[in-house]
Amino acid sequence: MDFHGLGIDFERLATPLPIWHGAVDADRWEALARAVAEARGRLVSLWAGDRRATGGGFVVSAAYAGLDGLLIAELTLDAEAPAYPDLASFFPAANRLQRAAFDLVGVAAAGAADRRPWLRHGAWPADFFPLRHDADPQARFDPQPDDYPFVPVEGDGVHEIPVGPVHAGIIEPGHFRFSVVGEKVLRLEERLGYKHKGIEKRFVGMDLDSGARLAGRVSGDSTVAHAWAYAMAAEALAGTSIPPRAAWLRALLLERERVANHLGDLGALGNDAAFGFALAQFSRLRENWQRLSRDCFGHRLLMDCVVPGGIAADLDGDAAARLLGQAADTRRAVEELKRIFDEHAGLQDRLVTTGRVTPALAARLGLAGLAGRASGQGVDLRADFPWAPYDRLAVQACTHLNGDVAARVATRFAEVFESLRLIEDILAQLPAGEIHTPVLARPDAVGAGWVEGWRGQVFAALETDAAGRIARCHCHDPSWQNWPVLEHAVIGNIVADFPLINKSFNLSYSGQDL
Amino acid sequence: MVSWTGLLAQILAIALALALAPLLMGWVNQWRAWLQNRRAPSLLQPYRTLHKLFHKESVLAENASPLFRIAPYIVFGCMALACGIAPTLSTDLPLAPAADAIALVGLFALARVFISLAAMDVGTAFGSLGARREMLIGFLAEPALLMVLFSASLITQSTSLARIVETLAHQSFAIYPSLAVAGVAFTFVSLAENARVPVDNPATHLELTMIHEALILEYSGRHLALIEWAAALKLFAYSCIGLALFFPWGVAEAGTPLAILFAIPALVLKLAVGGVLLAVIETINAKMRLFRVPEFLATAFLLAVIALLVHVLLGA
Repeated sequence: MDFHGLGIDFERLATPLPIWHGAVDADRWEALARAVAEARGRLVSLWAGDRRATGGGFVVSAAYAGLDGLLIAELTLDAEAPAYPDLASFFPAANRLQRAAFDLVGVAAAGAADRRPWLRHGAWPADFFPLRHDADPQARFDPQPDDYPFVPVEGDGVHEIPVGPVHAGIIEPGHFRFSVVGEKVLRLEERLGYKHKGIEKRFVGMDLDSGARLAGRVSGDSTVAHAWAYAMAAEALAGTSIPPRAAWLRALLLERERVANHLGDLGALGNDAAFGFALAQFSRLRENWQRLSRDCFGHRLLMDCVVPGGIAADLDGDAAARLLGQAADTRRAVEELKRIFDEHAGLQDRLVTTGRVTPALAARLGLAGLAGRASGQGVDLRADFPWAPYDRLAVQACTHLNGDVAARVATRFAEVFESLRLIEDILAQLPAGEIHTPVLARPDAVGAGWVEGWRGQVFAALETDAAGRIARCHCHDPSWQNWPVLEHAVIGNIVADFPLINKSFNLSYSGQDL
Repeated sequence: MVSWTGLLAQILAIALALALAPLLMGWVNQWRAWLQNRRAPSLLQPYRTLHKLFHKESVLAENASPLFRIAPYIVFGCMALACGIAPTLSTDLPLAPAADAIALVGLFALARVFISLAAMDVGTAFGSLGARREMLIGFLAEPALLMVLFSASLITQSTSLARIVETLAHQSFAIYPSLAVAGVAFTFVSLAENARVPVDNPATHLELTMIHEALILEYSGRHLALIEWAAALKLFAYSCIGLALFFPWGVAEAGTPLAILFAIPALVLKLAVGGVLLAVIETINAKMRLFRVPEFLATAFLLAVIALLVHVLLGA
């Protein structure tokens, strides 16, 4: 099938959502990016690979979301001087993805304005590319000089506040460079990549089932979403379709993960405004939620529940009744807490107008997921491309137009109620039957998965080698899209409000540093 | 003339402050936890923290000057002295003639200057950030505090805290509008000066939102212990001043040992009630935006002025 009249031959992958895969040349690579940008599509992910071992060259792939579904364009590059046309001029989110692709594989975006390293913090030399097939995974290097040029801001009274990567609290590492006048933030520049641990290299050579365990550990708070995206990719690659009951139970797990994270975030947001009462109440709800997850599914965070071919363990009637009871209890408690949030003048004063991302800015920068919906970007895969079982559940995308911290709080509350409704509907309609189908990996095949996680769209791309083992697996967390927008959200705010704004996005460090 | 009971009362007041200040902190923390439906830490937790810190190594930045090292002792000394001036148990205090209400405000200001200088001394971004914010709050809180003390002085024709307490405790039981308004202003100032919600959050780990905590981020070991203890003493001193001005009953006037003995349970009871009220304020409020703090303290100043006017106009 051809999209945008560009003469690209896209092939539909065997996925429940419409995902298309096609090879492009350099001209069509750029033409497709332009066409997608003009059609108000979004860049979902960009990644590179090395196929020289099997006689190919380097490849770079870009995944775009549009009205037709997900288009994955693959460009084969020269083995000697791998370079491809820059996408950052069409999609700002491509900037860091391209820099990461260069650090890992050594493929350059020709014409890119920003070519600073992203993941390489001096842990390996500039001419070593860890994801190349001939790179020794055991190689050890002395620390290299790490002079990262931050963008300077000059002017009368402007000074810099460097924050992190070691913080006063126990949180993930990231460096934030504020340029401020007094308390007012003129510019924020993030530097991430401190949690790079070589997950994508680790995937190489694994079988599909071991890969599922690793994919579930890309980001602990999104383990179901990442495991489902991976499993979808594995099933597409093998041509397997999962039993209906497995699909329904996966949706149940995904919604439980969404509720758990929203509960945690709402409490933390209250606490960041020194409203400790909210943290205590939401922590209690979240803890009960996770304990029941452990009782019913065997893991507090639901790790390793989603496996290629279905799910790992079935749910009995007794557990289903407990889940239903907890959904009702949680709704009652959250309704009451929402009333307290809404009526608390001091709290609302902190949240309203803070960290505003206008819908226009959100659209231009490609703000994704929950934060995007709070800024008027009504994108929700469960509503836009309802795959089983969401096609039977009529999911309402919860959107807001204000784009401030208060809007992101309101969107979380709305999504908690919607997910509780979904959990009840899923448990009421849960079909009987098998929960697992064996997945037999096909050699030299590609697959992809695309799931609406709690933070936004989680994507996975998978390739197998001639022996049917993993040749390349790319897991994409929506934090890639949203971190750069956070830099814009704080402009003009005061420094003291940054933690609140940051928490309202609650982006993953580990999930994108990989 | 310094009487031996006066000397005893003075020593007892300072010793009591040193001993009880961490307990007051623990009491407030306990109530805060209970009000948030959490299981509370032990009442003795602040003592354990101090014990732990005193036994830890004190790590200093390489470029720390002697100022950085002596600041904790100065701050601690200021707060201990403030507790000595405030008439907590008895009004017959040898130190009282040496320092009146204005000197007390100066004492707090002195501590503030040193801790802010020490914070900037090491040259980290957070130290300067905290010092800047501390000064913003200080220059607004001090005038408001002075106005509160002045309105009490007008009623009693003296700026000596001991005299103020003696006079107020002797007046017939009646509601003084000026004192009631001044009491509200004093509460506002106390919250700001002691880095409590809604102005600052003593429990935060978010370095960018800190005020008081940002000042002391570089301190460790015994230095940090002294500063933490000084913070507890400051809260204790403010509570005692508040109680002395607005609830002076129970403070011993005649310097008899028996009266002082009776003053102790009265003080503990009043502090316990005050601690619960502080915990309630901290639980129901969120922290305000940093630039709302000037409005908050301006309100305190305005209330203190109103208290003065009420006294001048109504003579009450």
